[in-house]
Amino acid sequence: MTHLDISKVSIEFPTPKGSFKALDGVNLKIDKGEFVSLIGHSGCGKSTVLNIVAGLYDATEGGVLLDGKEVRGPGPERAVVFQNHSLLPWLTSYENVELAVKQVFKGKKSKKEMHDWIMHNLELVHMTHAADKRPSEISGGMKQRVGIARALAMEPSVLLMDEPFGALDALTRAHLQDSLMEIQRDLNNTVIMITHDVDEAVLLSDRIVMMTNGPAATVGEILHVDLERPRDRLALADDPKYVDYRAQVLTFLYEKQRKVEPISKPKKDAKSEDKLVANS
Amino acid sequence: MSALVHSLKTFGSQQLSAFQFKNLLMPLLGIVVFLFVWQVGAERINTSLGKFPGPVAVYEQWTGLLADHQRERSKEQSFYERQEKRNADRVAKDPNYVPKVREYTGKPTFFDQIFTSLYTVLAGFGLATLIAIPLGIVIGLNSMIYSALNPIIQIFKPVSPLAWLPLVTMVVSATYVSADPMFSKSFLTSMFTVTMCCMWPTLINTAVGVAAIEKDLLNVSKVLRLSWLTHVIKIVIPSSMPMMFTGLRLSLGIAWMVLIAAEMLAQNPGLGKFVWDEFQNGSSNSLGRIMVAVIMIGFIGFLLDRAMLFTQRHFSWDKTQVLR
Repeated sequence: MTHLDISKVSIEFPTPKGSFKALDGVNLKIDKGEFVSLIGHSGCGKSTVLNIVAGLYDATEGGVLLDGKEVRGPGPERAVVFQNHSLLPWLTSYENVELAVKQVFKGKKSKKEMHDWIMHNLELVHMTHAADKRPSEISGGMKQRVGIARALAMEPSVLLMDEPFGALDALTRAHLQDSLMEIQRDLNNTVIMITHDVDEAVLLSDRIVMMTNGPAATVGEILHVDLERPRDRLALADDPKYVDYRAQVLTFLYEKQRKVEPISKPKKDAKSEDKLVANS
Repeated sequence: MSALVHSLKTFGSQQLSAFQFKNLLMPLLGIVVFLFVWQVGAERINTSLGKFPGPVAVYEQWTGLLADHQRERSKEQSFYERQEKRNADRVAKDPNYVPKVREYTGKPTFFDQIFTSLYTVLAGFGLATLIAIPLGIVIGLNSMIYSALNPIIQIFKPVSPLAWLPLVTMVVSATYVSADPMFSKSFLTSMFTVTMCCMWPTLINTAVGVAAIEKDLLNVSKVLRLSWLTHVIKIVIPSSMPMMFTGLRLSLGIAWMVLIAAEMLAQNPGLGKFVWDEFQNGSSNSLGRIMVAVIMIGFIGFLLDRAMLFTQRHFSWDKTQVLR
């Protein structure tokens, strides 16, 4: 049975020059425990899809069904890991996770259980040693770990990750990808992850959803990644299947959906869409 | 000049560190130069009340005011001692006598006036804070309410205390009628005038701070489905704290300036009245005493600002933030 059903989703943003259609008829069905990556060029509306699933944006047409129920507004069952960690800077790692746990498990867990649950989730991302540190006192990778712990602690039915490792350096990113695979093996969450990184997509996903260029972007191709888990990045580097998957994604991005942009024009990405909405 | 700086640098047996030089010697040097210019300049200004007071004359007035204060205090003390003794004697003679206790009604000294001004300004500022922060949060969160209130705020913000004062005085006299008033009317007039004039920076800065909360943090709040109150307490207030404090510091500075002006105009007790009384007195001491008051006003304003800064440091979650 389909766990998450993104059905004929279109969205239009009002702009001073009339409405701008960012997405047009996005269809995607995701099963429980599946790890799906969304990949595409900047500005193709990957983040918009994620925000619609999260409930932060409302689709103009179509909608999202989670376990057969229509998604209305944001909620902790669709936890989001934001690109820039979005930890509250005035709270420690522990308190950041605690805020989420208290909100979700109010009346369901005792104080002791909540504490254990917070520590368990920090343990999952290997952050117990910095539980009492504020975000300003820990590194970018550590902040992102805490952000993941916070999302996991909500016990979401779908975990939404918006370029979770985009702002990190390559080594830290590889490290966190490994951690994420480990967590995924233990918890078997349903995950939608947005990424720019072809290797990341192939390494982590069960399916890669490749999006066409905007405006009116939609799902271009879907690639099933049939690689044994657990996956090891070193062993995979020479695996012919891996190399082939990688080549398929690259072909899609750089041949079929090649993006020609004049250098002088400022880059338009998901952020500028955010602004459009904020101004409206 | 460079020779002077050099000699200052090597003053004493050991060389001063660059830090000490910049943070101790330079301010000291600034003050010395200022006092020199003041002394020389003052000697050249002749007024109908004599020469403009230089630093030395002002210091003499300062000791004079101090002595006045001590004299007044000892007079007060002996007044109460006499009264107590008199009452005790009468009770001894006639056990049914109910002793009358009268307040000492001496003239308030310079230091009494400082005290009056201080608590008036703190009361006015406190009231302004109690109004401005909640209101600022509400208009920062809701752009509709902001649009509705913005024109009113913009029009009342630049109004001088002197314009408010007559209105406040009349309203307080008309509405605060009580046989045994807890506060004097003059206190309330000064306080409300201070409140009316100093709430705006806190209000506007709070609103701007609240409206400028990072979108990501708002999304976190939405995903967690925080209730309105939790959202305000956990996200809005901490996030806008730095802007709030900027507003509060500006407000406190304005409050202090406004209060002195209001006291002068309304003849309400406080440092402003002291200045005005001395001006009306027109004795040879007056200018010196006014100058003492001027310096005292500046000094207290400075201390209030420092106190606010320390409060900010204490409450700020971002200890790395540079505060000046």
